[in-house]
Amino acid sequence: MATTDVGWIDAGTRPRPLVDRLHEWVTTVDHKRLGLLYVGYGLLFLVIGGIEATILRLQLVRPHNGFVSPQVFNQMFTMHGTTMIFFVAMPIVFGFANYLVPLMIGARDMAFPRLNAFSFWLTAFSGLFLYFSFVGGFGLYGAGTAPDVGWFAYAPLTAKTFSPGHSTDYWTLALLVSGFGSIGTAINIIATILSMRCPGMTLGKMPLLVWLNLVMAGLVILAVSPLTAAQIMLLVDRYLGGHFFDTQAGGSAVLWMHFFWVFGHPEVYVLVLPAFAFASEIIPVFSRKAMFGYPVMVAATVAIGFISMSVWAHHMFTVGMTAAGNTFFVLTTMAIAVPTGIKIFNWLATMWGGKIYFKAPMLFCIAFLFQFLVAGLTGVMMSSAPFDWQLGNSYFVVAHFHYVIVGGILFCIFAAFYYWYPKVTGRMYSETLAKAHFWLFVIGFHLTFDSMHVPGLLGMPRRIYTYEPGRGWDTWHLVTTIGVAFQAAGVLAFVFNLVRSYVRGRPAGSDPWDAWTLEWSTTSPPPEYNYASVPVVKSRRPLWDLKHPEDPDWKYE
Amino acid sequence: MSTASANPDWVLPDRGRVGMFSLFASESAIFVIFIVAYLFYAGKSVSGPTASVLHLPVLLTVCLLSSSWTIHRAVAGLRRGEVGSFAGFWVATIVLGAVFLGGTALEWRHLIHDEGLTIRTNLFGTTYYSLVGLHAFHVTVGLIALATVALLTAGGHVKREHAARVDLLGLYWHFVDVVWIAVFLVVYVVGR
Repeated sequence: MATTDVGWIDAGTRPRPLVDRLHEWVTTVDHKRLGLLYVGYGLLFLVIGGIEATILRLQLVRPHNGFVSPQVFNQMFTMHGTTMIFFVAMPIVFGFANYLVPLMIGARDMAFPRLNAFSFWLTAFSGLFLYFSFVGGFGLYGAGTAPDVGWFAYAPLTAKTFSPGHSTDYWTLALLVSGFGSIGTAINIIATILSMRCPGMTLGKMPLLVWLNLVMAGLVILAVSPLTAAQIMLLVDRYLGGHFFDTQAGGSAVLWMHFFWVFGHPEVYVLVLPAFAFASEIIPVFSRKAMFGYPVMVAATVAIGFISMSVWAHHMFTVGMTAAGNTFFVLTTMAIAVPTGIKIFNWLATMWGGKIYFKAPMLFCIAFLFQFLVAGLTGVMMSSAPFDWQLGNSYFVVAHFHYVIVGGILFCIFAAFYYWYPKVTGRMYSETLAKAHFWLFVIGFHLTFDSMHVPGLLGMPRRIYTYEPGRGWDTWHLVTTIGVAFQAAGVLAFVFNLVRSYVRGRPAGSDPWDAWTLEWSTTSPPPEYNYASVPVVKSRRPLWDLKHPEDPDWKYE
Repeated sequence: MSTASANPDWVLPDRGRVGMFSLFASESAIFVIFIVAYLFYAGKSVSGPTASVLHLPVLLTVCLLSSSWTIHRAVAGLRRGEVGSFAGFWVATIVLGAVFLGGTALEWRHLIHDEGLTIRTNLFGTTYYSLVGLHAFHVTVGLIALATVALLTAGGHVKREHAARVDLLGLYWHFVDVVWIAVFLVVYVVGR
């Protein structure tokens, strides 16, 4: 990211030495730079996690395959899951929040810029620490390299007895430290939104992206903190000889499951709410209509936040709970589909009767609507405890949550990349390459994750490193692995587009989409101070008011 | 959209307080998980000492709770610009907090040496030391922060305009007190 383009340091003079510019990035407390660092860091780990997924798929491409050993397979699915959730999805989500929230509320920076930098570097070093296990796990005390206990690390597998060496310690400590980083950023986002809004922007006039990120940050605080507590307990067990999850001394393995999923399920909503946020900004702009049902969208978001705290044990139907427990979690899990469904109808109603422009961000959002609906439907299927007893821990579950995370969240993240790329870099991306990315990825996604459902229905459990031929799984696994090639090609087009357009894209101007939120009123890329003078807003679409003084929104809201 | 001029009507919550209360939400969630674990394992130890070896730490509780009053007086004094009154009550808060921490140390010494209860003895030991220790850790962090402000005061750096910031530290101290009430009730009253 050349500082000369940005023009905040003596534009026109000779570019400063590389060391100086690197130093600026390392010591920065600017929310935009930290946002870009978060996103860049997430993209780096996306490639690493993607390579791990490819290794898993190559191993499963045919029965009795010997591409990797069972031990390596265990490490790969553990590292793939941990990486994708904690070091890809969370950093990218936080990166966008960091970059966009202050701009959208007309603020100069986040509420606590130094806490912001501190949180980023905690996340960054915890990721490096996790991956150091590949080399460090050998060298220190012998047994074990990368963690291999699965991304939810069920007890008693994590006990010293069953997990000697330090591989599990790397997992625990990395998640503990990144958790502190996440909590720090969440506190920062909440304080920024509640205390830094520009004059006139009451809570009811905030862009939906800001609202959804506020709820997301609240969920991070209520979800990641229990995980932090559970990791401290695991450390007490492993280092001080405690018995929290030590089944031989009366400890409970099921308690760990509860603690993990009290984090684990709201975490899904931590990731999906920002995806909803992107869709809620992009769909109105490319439908040339104001968002349909803004208050209902806000209410549905808050409802999702509350309900998501009470659904965690649907991950544990197969463990065996009481009838009352099962009933409660079946009902709450089904209930959360209601506010989510309301959102889907609101997005559809926004598009209804609009003048739709099928640019890349909109294409990704439309695919998201369809795929997220399917993901939600398989979710409702499994919310029913008897159905879950049949398919819990099967490949059907794997297909379901990848449909949510890839088909829902990742598609929206791609949409957000294309939508805000002109703002961040000042240049337009190549629409041709973006469309190639879209179609390759849609085809690859459906090849991989549609066919993944079937082996699950046919009884294939998750996390097995190979399988017998003749069970009807072979073809489905072959198709699943072929889809990976399409997805990889799509991501290649995406990365190439980002890099090429940064150098050769045509200048974007400050408002290439004729959009309505505040960030499009400042230059692209925005100056370090964001706005020369503090904006004052009167409605949810301040730029519409500016462009249409004869018919401003605030007359109707 | 227009440009902001002086806008006296536009007042938003103080970011320091919002941040602090968000931190409390996070800390509360952490303590809730530890309290749930404590209650879940209450009476489930298969061997070794149980909660019946505990004595009610009444004096320590009185010390810690009254330190909330002293820190409140300290901040109120600074708001009025009375640095002397501030320093006096502030140091009193530190002394009361230190007494609490020292009392906890003596209690643990008794449990370890006389009762033979360590963190690895049984489930009670694990959950008791973790929960009470987590709280003691928060008291320690608070004392370090309070001592830092005390040193700054001794150097003449704390003035009336810093009252709002010092008040944030006071909020944290109150929070640690409230958590102690919960821990006290769970460990020494309900769980014993």
